[in-house]
Amino acid sequence: MVFEQKHILGLEELSSDEIRLILDTAESMKEVSERDVKKVPALKGVTVVNLFFEPSTRTRASFEIAEKRLSADVLNFTPTESSVVKGETLLDTARNLEAMGASVIVIRHSMSGAPWLLARELSSSIVNAGDGFHEHPSQALLDLFTVREIKKEISGLKIVIVGDILHSRVARSNIWGFIKLGAEVRVVGPPTMIPRDIEKVDVKVHYNIENALEGVDIVMMLRLQKERQESGLFPSLREYSRFYGLTRERLGLAKADVIVMHPGPINRGVELSSEVADDMHSVILNQVSNGIAVRMAMLYLVASGGGSG
Amino acid sequence: MKILIKDGQLIDPSQEINEVRNLLLSDGKINGYPSDTKELEMDSSVQVIDASGKVVSPGFIDLHVHLREPGFEHKETIRTGCLAAAAGGFTSVVCMPNTNPVNDNASVTEYILLKARTEGVVNVFPVGAITKGQKGQALAEIGEMREAGCVAISDDGRPVMNSRVMRHAMEYAKAFELPVISHAEDLNLSSDGVMNDGFTSTILGLRGIPNASEEIIVARDITLGELTGTHLHIAHVSTAGAVRLIRDAKKRGVKVTGEATPHHFTLNDKAVLNYDTSTKVNPPIRSREDMEAIREGLKDGVLDIIATDHAPHTEDEKKVEFDLAPFGISGLETALPLALRLVEDRILTLTELIRKLTFNPAQIIIRSNRGTLKPGAPADVVIFDPNKTVKVDRDKFFSKGRNTPFHGWRLSGQILYTIVGGEIVFSA
Ligand SMILES: [Zn+2]
Repeated sequence: MVFEQKHILGLEELSSDEIRLILDTAESMKEVSERDVKKVPALKGVTVVNLFFEPSTRTRASFEIAEKRLSADVLNFTPTESSVVKGETLLDTARNLEAMGASVIVIRHSMSGAPWLLARELSSSIVNAGDGFHEHPSQALLDLFTVREIKKEISGLKIVIVGDILHSRVARSNIWGFIKLGAEVRVVGPPTMIPRDIEKVDVKVHYNIENALEGVDIVMMLRLQKERQESGLFPSLREYSRFYGLTRERLGLAKADVIVMHPGPINRGVELSSEVADDMHSVILNQVSNGIAVRMAMLYLVASGGGSG
Repeated sequence: MKILIKDGQLIDPSQEINEVRNLLLSDGKINGYPSDTKELEMDSSVQVIDASGKVVSPGFIDLHVHLREPGFEHKETIRTGCLAAAAGGFTSVVCMPNTNPVNDNASVTEYILLKARTEGVVNVFPVGAITKGQKGQALAEIGEMREAGCVAISDDGRPVMNSRVMRHAMEYAKAFELPVISHAEDLNLSSDGVMNDGFTSTILGLRGIPNASEEIIVARDITLGELTGTHLHIAHVSTAGAVRLIRDAKKRGVKVTGEATPHHFTLNDKAVLNYDTSTKVNPPIRSREDMEAIREGLKDGVLDIIATDHAPHTEDEKKVEFDLAPFGISGLETALPLALRLVEDRILTLTELIRKLTFNPAQIIIRSNRGTLKPGAPADVVIFDPNKTVKVDRDKFFSKGRNTPFHGWRLSGQILYTIVGGEIVFSA
């Protein structure tokens, strides 16, 4: 199978076969990462720009390592407040980078759809490293990869995503990914944080965490942004953690071999009790090396397959 | 100067005329319907237009445009806005006060009217602000603006949130017989929303503006209309619930009228799916059910008029992240062909459609003898071919605003002539 996509903007746009192809490719990339010489010449001569409008050390570092292992020329561009104040538009910034020879642009932006604007107006391949509340495909592919590694097969699994679904790009991408690969997806959180009509994408909505945890294979906890309290979406961290926090006791309702995931960084004692946070450490560390492999696969496929060919 | 329009299908809903008739214009007025035209045709001072197979109707009246001048001349000027109106078959436009400075006093009104007289090609009727600076607090000098030529008051774009202020505005407007145009939006509920709140906004991760945001203020203003007895006109109705509220109010005898825009009766919010900022408009393009309800409201007469909410912006302003793009669609030059789809879809007859573009808007705002082809009325006339296929090309717009979601659409309906006060201001 050939990867036909020029961009990776979101999991919504990808078919289940394309998602599997990325995961399979990531497996080969993981083998590369386990060698002594962790470098392949796949993207030699290709300039990849990391255009991060939001600070994100982890995701950016992961992309950068992935790019270097593929022998790409890497340019990091982190627009400062001042360049925004100067009035340069996103499109101008990206056009300048393209003029410098970039053929792949990895973009992280606080506003949903920003990568779409670049995909429409530029000739580079665009890789979405997280846009607003919309999608975070590399995180979801990493989660799928990790789950597949542990459980072998995603189809038939039950996953529950807990917390602020409304403002979560991680949740949206994971919902598409897990549904497309045949899992049963539930979401649970305060109704103020559940997006309108989400059940139309074949997601079961719960407001009670105990019910939602019943018999699941995977629990994915989302990070709670404290500013949501100020905008009136929940009354206090204490009340939130009382009704939606994951404790050992609640986790007992899930399957015995349940995996707990969190895109980090964790608010200890809010989304997760400390004991649960300690228990899940191994999965988190595993995700770092998997993240590099998945991002290598994404970059390799858009740069060498698809439209930019 | 005389113009003889020969053999056209004359449609004038104000007189319930719909037949082949000649129309003679002279001295800027409708002269009459001569059946014998031989002498006129031989008179070299008479311009003869052959309109056989074409529709001849009163010039369209758009109760809702943003001409942007003064203050935002990079988006539109009174001149370019009027040219766009003429190209769209509109002979009169009613312009909203959210300029800079805001049209909240007679001197700004006079400036707009002076500009319109010297540079405009269609009739311009300004709307005065309800409150000073459209800040929603102190009443603007409504009486003086009326004297200067304002035909209604509205805080369009920045609605009055304080119900007490709105009550006083509606009471006060009665003394000057001015209708109050409500841009119905609860700003707290809309918050920083950028599109319709629903399944599509969920998929796109964009902040939603719920239907309730409009309906709460429609309900409030209808209630205040009952309290004060003032004529209330609800601008750009976008939700099924708002249509229902207006329908119920009309049944109770409340003096309320409603307006629909071509984008709200043509599109549903799936149009936003690729983050196309030309679809970003306020109120937002709603669900398919809402769109159907708007069409139903037009059909059963709950929505009295069609207006464009012409809101031009530059390409640079729109070519940004969806959250940052300004709200608005450039609508004057696509209105007729989009409206004709209502005829094609059997929502309205051609006569009913023309009524909503001519006589009804004239009745609501401009208490004058416009929107009609009665002898003696100003010679504001449009001639169009309802069957000619046109391809929307934003690069050919007269408006500075190329922000249309209809670029490239193939539609039926071409404006052939627009005549204002007996002068041809547009011909295809
Ligand atoms: Zn408005």
